[in-house]
Amino acid sequence: MNTTLNLDAAHDSAHLHVSGAATYTDDIVEPRGTLYAALASSPIAHGVFNGIDLSAALSCNGVVAAYTAADILGENRYGAIVHDEPFLAHGNVEFVGQVVAVVLATSMRAARIAARQVKCDITPLAPILTIDAAIEAESFLGKVFDITRGDPDKALLSAANRVSGRGEIGAQEHFYLEGQVVLAVPLEDGQMHVTVSTQHPTEMQQSAAVILGVDWNDVVSECRRLGGGFGGKEVQPAQYVGIAALAARLSGKPVKLRLDRDDDFMMTGKRHDFAFNYDVGFDNDGRLNAYDLTLSSRCGFSTDYSHQVNDRALCHLDNGYLLSNLHVRNYRCKTNTQSATAFRGFGAPQGMFVTEHAIESIARKLGRDPLDVRKANFYSAERGMTTHYGQTVEGFWLPQLVDQLEVQSDYRVRRAAINAFNATSSIVKRGLSLTPLMFGVSFNASFLNRGSALLSLYLDGSFIVNHAGTEMGQGLFIKMQQVVAREFGVAANSVRSTATNTSKLPNTSPTAASSGSDLNGMAVLDACTILKARLRPVAAKALGCEPDSVVFDQGGVTTLDGGTHIDLKTLATKVTFAKVPLTAQGFYYTPNISWNGDTFSGTPAYYFAYGAAVSEVAIDTLTGEHKTLRVDILHDVGQSLNPAIDRGQIEGGFVQGMGYLTSEELVWDSAGRLRTHAPSTYKIPTAADIPEIFNVSLYDQANHAPTLYRSKAVGEPPLMLALSVWFAIADAISSIGDRSVMPELTAPATPEAILRAVTLRQGAAQ
Amino acid sequence: MISSTQSIRFLLNGAPHTVSGVNPHTTLLQYLREHLQLTGSKEGCAEGDCGACTVVLAEIDVSGELAINPINACIRLLPTLDGKAIFTVESLASKTALHPVQQAMVNCHASQCGFCTPGFVMALFALFKNDAAPTRERACEALSGNLCRCTGYRPILDAAEQMYALASTHSDAAEQWIAAPATCGSSHQGNAVLIAALRSLERDTSLDYSVDGARFVAPRSIEEFSTLALANPSAWILGGGTDIGLWINKALQSNALILHTGEIAALQKITETDEELSFGAAVSLERAFRAMNRVYPELAQVWTRFASWPVRASGTLGGNVANGSPIGDSMPALIALGATVTLRKGANQRSIALESLYLGYKKQSRDAGEWIETITLPTRRAQPPGTLQIGFYKNSKRNEQDISAVCSAVVIVVDRGVVGSARIALGGMAGIPKRARLAEAALVGKAWSEEAVRAAMNAMTQDVSPMSDMRASGQYRMQVAQNHLLRFWHESQGASTELRVF
Repeated sequence: MNTTLNLDAAHDSAHLHVSGAATYTDDIVEPRGTLYAALASSPIAHGVFNGIDLSAALSCNGVVAAYTAADILGENRYGAIVHDEPFLAHGNVEFVGQVVAVVLATSMRAARIAARQVKCDITPLAPILTIDAAIEAESFLGKVFDITRGDPDKALLSAANRVSGRGEIGAQEHFYLEGQVVLAVPLEDGQMHVTVSTQHPTEMQQSAAVILGVDWNDVVSECRRLGGGFGGKEVQPAQYVGIAALAARLSGKPVKLRLDRDDDFMMTGKRHDFAFNYDVGFDNDGRLNAYDLTLSSRCGFSTDYSHQVNDRALCHLDNGYLLSNLHVRNYRCKTNTQSATAFRGFGAPQGMFVTEHAIESIARKLGRDPLDVRKANFYSAERGMTTHYGQTVEGFWLPQLVDQLEVQSDYRVRRAAINAFNATSSIVKRGLSLTPLMFGVSFNASFLNRGSALLSLYLDGSFIVNHAGTEMGQGLFIKMQQVVAREFGVAANSVRSTATNTSKLPNTSPTAASSGSDLNGMAVLDACTILKARLRPVAAKALGCEPDSVVFDQGGVTTLDGGTHIDLKTLATKVTFAKVPLTAQGFYYTPNISWNGDTFSGTPAYYFAYGAAVSEVAIDTLTGEHKTLRVDILHDVGQSLNPAIDRGQIEGGFVQGMGYLTSEELVWDSAGRLRTHAPSTYKIPTAADIPEIFNVSLYDQANHAPTLYRSKAVGEPPLMLALSVWFAIADAISSIGDRSVMPELTAPATPEAILRAVTLRQGAAQ
Repeated sequence: MISSTQSIRFLLNGAPHTVSGVNPHTTLLQYLREHLQLTGSKEGCAEGDCGACTVVLAEIDVSGELAINPINACIRLLPTLDGKAIFTVESLASKTALHPVQQAMVNCHASQCGFCTPGFVMALFALFKNDAAPTRERACEALSGNLCRCTGYRPILDAAEQMYALASTHSDAAEQWIAAPATCGSSHQGNAVLIAALRSLERDTSLDYSVDGARFVAPRSIEEFSTLALANPSAWILGGGTDIGLWINKALQSNALILHTGEIAALQKITETDEELSFGAAVSLERAFRAMNRVYPELAQVWTRFASWPVRASGTLGGNVANGSPIGDSMPALIALGATVTLRKGANQRSIALESLYLGYKKQSRDAGEWIETITLPTRRAQPPGTLQIGFYKNSKRNEQDISAVCSAVVIVVDRGVVGSARIALGGMAGIPKRARLAEAALVGKAWSEEAVRAAMNAMTQDVSPMSDMRASGQYRMQVAQNHLLRFWHESQGASTELRVF
């Protein structure tokens, strides 16, 4: 077997990215007569939608048409799972930014000018904007989710020590650099073609079909690449696809709908913000014996993925720690804000954050290094290997990984140095934190864990590989090409990936849950195996050997002893003359997993991805500003499919997580208007924010589960390594005074949040 | 004299290019993408904050040298390119090879989704052409206007280093100007070729460009400009367009007449005497800050945090001052250092202290048709006698390219242990850039001591009552502004411990 796989192969489009030649949806040459769409939205957070006046908009220059809910041909409902969102508002409006109408014009600017002239007649109702207000009003999506494991009440009462804590974790905007965009082209016989930046082409196909009232086979949805997704293009583009398809059908013209950045912020959902408070009981070594938790999330106006996100938050409360006695009340709050949705990590960051917060509270109460308390709480053969949702953890090498990082990062030496520094430094304080990571890989909804692939060999010996996954920068396409390359002994960059297309591979799962290469890679491998089986008899005949002795190598086939070599072009022609097809379809589903959401139990994770990070920060106690000085990461990707691509995911995820927990603050005003709706007010990290010392290494261990070449998923997990930055900031603040309490720091740790916590510590220390 | 010119001429990717019949409100990005189908440059935000649209502009500067800077195409109005050279991402690669910047990006795995990548490539290209061996800090600064959501930046910073190594072995560097790094400097023959090409586009008369009732005039003299401004008091006065671009893209406004300051040589001048440092209104922020840093190096750290390289290269000092935003960062420093502005109305000039220009939120003491011609800063020598101490502090959610929650400038002169004069100017603390006169009064005449500083911190609460918004609460702003004074005190004492994280 050649080594084509384990190479730092460049992203399949790298040479196109750098030369501006990679085509994104907005770059496609527009068909003749294309019209441009702009959306009008509700200025009111909650109200009865009495009517709409389009006359001023229609009289604007260049305007061709405007449509509202009344013009919808099919159904005015879509949604991730529960279809409870209208494409265009009717009856009532439920958040500031909800779409009420679409305006079509001969230019984008004309459409946008006109959209602002749409006038809504809305009778305002009292909005519910915050978690507290929703709990007060009992405004929930479904029932309050309440789970108990063991006997937490008794364990709390009998615990040697107790501590309580509370906190908030803010929302996060995806800030994909390419905003939401779709080009809808009406075709013959009632068909529709949509090109869209999406992680979920099948959902987009469905969306267009639903709003138009046509069959799924009347719609083709296609996506070559996304300019970033991060979960924000999983279900959310469905609304824009639907509206664009409707406008295209009604006007009879191709329609481009591209959201302006401010509209994108105002209209699309974000990561769920959470509030929590806990009461924990623990022994003198810091072992968490009782955990009583209230966990509330702000879900926005619709269901979206909120139940799944909350489930994942609850599943990831353990983060490697045994939780024997647990009681969680989980409020899933329905509010008059954008519909909170999928975002890299999908609930896990919030779940892990809460338990890490509790662990740190315990450590401070006991006067222990938090790292020692973490270690004392890990799953172990002696204490137990069963999660709070009943899955037995296998292949658990997180403790060894943490030990290795502790040594590799000089944790103890630096801890002592920081203590010494803080003893004499009154204005700048330093902090250090090591946080672990245990992330369950697979969709909790088991049926989504499937991949499909279509592999075609052409008569000239070249391959095209298609699969259900979408390329959003994560390097999925090159990894899939590497699979074909390894199986057939060709160069990875000679295999071409083409756009994900619902007419090539139907009924696909979204590219989400970090599963893209796990699922589709196995499907591609399946397709390779099938195609090779088809080629073998013909090749064997030509080579004069047994089919089992045919070796695929160096762009062709040869025998085990490396005798005659026939290139793929010659072989393909022979195979065709033998009347054997040169296309194979592969399929894969993840075995042995199950999930029961009602009982909150099962085996939802096929395996776990592990990692750990050590972050060191300095804070300025006069202004609350901070700087991340050094980060050391050790992360487990199993046997890496492409170390360069995987490292990119680790670093990129980490920095995205760092932004989430520090500078990225979303602010809504008391009327429910989002005030941070552009990069001028919403601050993701820049190059200067990354640590100057940024050591990233891969943990050397193949996956115990039989995944694609024993690799592990890498998309989401690294984001949560950034918890170490937030806890390092908290550590620096706690050094004001005697380190005995957890600072009252909220997330994100903006300068203001840090200074507030610093001031409280200074007050308490005096 | 103004002739009616109907076309805009510039060099696009090395070739002469003429535009006519395109609305003068059109941005360069729209023009590239929608008119020329040069779709390599992307729109990520349309407000100059993400850098996905970054292209490189070359022009002949006041000293006759080639000036090469990145700009945000999304907020750059097309007619302002007249007589200049624009390079887009499509121009870098040769027929046979990627440019060293591009190859370094590929080698370092510095693109993921790729959408921001053309902008990064062009920002790096600008760095490549300006700096022979930038430090990591300088590379970060050069990339401060570019956001990437995928990579975490490390590989891009690696590429910023590797591009030079690749250039040294790049076969095209010797012949092709575009592939030659700053190390080849102005000696490269391509510089002379480019300068000659730019010279051939120079006009003797003003550009006066009208389409569909929208008119853009770039006068060549102060007199022409002032006459037009007086006759058309509602015209937009356009400097670098870093704010007007947003009026067009975000507020969806347009104006029948735009008057551009950028083609008046006298307004591009920086004049330094023993007593004064003067800036014509059209001097770019980047050039103005470099000149100020020579006289007042204490300001340098905040200037690198002021917006981003592309914004500083396009934006003008006159524009920042004329805009008068309470959160503009140049005014606190200028006011605290005692700057004056020369206003001009028709042929009449008057000079006033900068702080007296600002009356209230978006209210200025300028008459209709009156405009800012010059901004003048006293030099160190012209400051009151004694030991001059300067503190300039900026506070924002993100270190780079962020609008200040608080920006404080403190200038005191201590003579024999006593504060002789004190000027404290604050941004983000009121509806205008504002002096904290009570805090100043608490210092003047007192021994320079922590006690006096604490009294000034208390007095500041009577000077301003900052508002709460999405950037910060009023309470936080006050605490930080007070703490800036405390930091200033500690710094004046040469503290032995660390005082800053940046």
